[in-house]
Amino acid sequence: MDAERTTIVVQSGDYDKLYSALIIANGSLAMGMEVSLYFTFWGLQRLTQRGLERGPLSKMHFFGLGKWMVKRRMARAKVAPLERLLQDFKELGGRMLACEMPMAIMGIAKADPCQDLIDDYGAVGSYIKDARQSTVTLFI
Amino acid sequence: MATIKVDVRGENCPVPLVETRKALRKANPGDIIEIAGTHPASRKEIPFAAEALKLELLAVEGADDDWTIRIRR
Repeated sequence: MDAERTTIVVQSGDYDKLYSALIIANGSLAMGMEVSLYFTFWGLQRLTQRGLERGPLSKMHFFGLGKWMVKRRMARAKVAPLERLLQDFKELGGRMLACEMPMAIMGIAKADPCQDLIDDYGAVGSYIKDARQSTVTLFI
Repeated sequence: MATIKVDVRGENCPVPLVETRKALRKANPGDIIEIAGTHPASRKEIPFAAEALKLELLAVEGADDDWTIRIRR
């Protein structure tokens, strides 16, 4: 039997939501599951700009003040940075896919610096093919 | 057979779980992974991972905020 699978659409580029996506993804990998992350729209934009840490908070951002406070508390609680979670994700064999439609809309080229992170490019058909065989599917 | 030590004391979610998985991937069958941590939820959840991976959980010792877990690969 194939390993169980988690498939997550990462649509948001918000700092806190990227944490949710990567923590669930890495938790799934740690439990022996296969994981595909489909990056689209704002999540894809963050990824391609290598700016995972730069996203705003989804709530209480307050022009950066809220995020500054949250980051300070996270550092005190020794929460790993997003870049570290991303490295762990790759090391544990997670797959990252970029949706092609928003790439065209947002002017993201395959030559952009994220290319080394992206395992494949696809559209909704690739996502559904994965998702219908997944026990966990999320849209973040 | 070797004992591989993983020190995740002071680390927060999801690092203890992820570092456990990394060590398990590198270990040989029969090796023992010994994880030392302080993150309370991980004391409960690393055994979930051992179960999901169908590995033998040898021991869960210590307090919620200062524990040692041993798993056989």
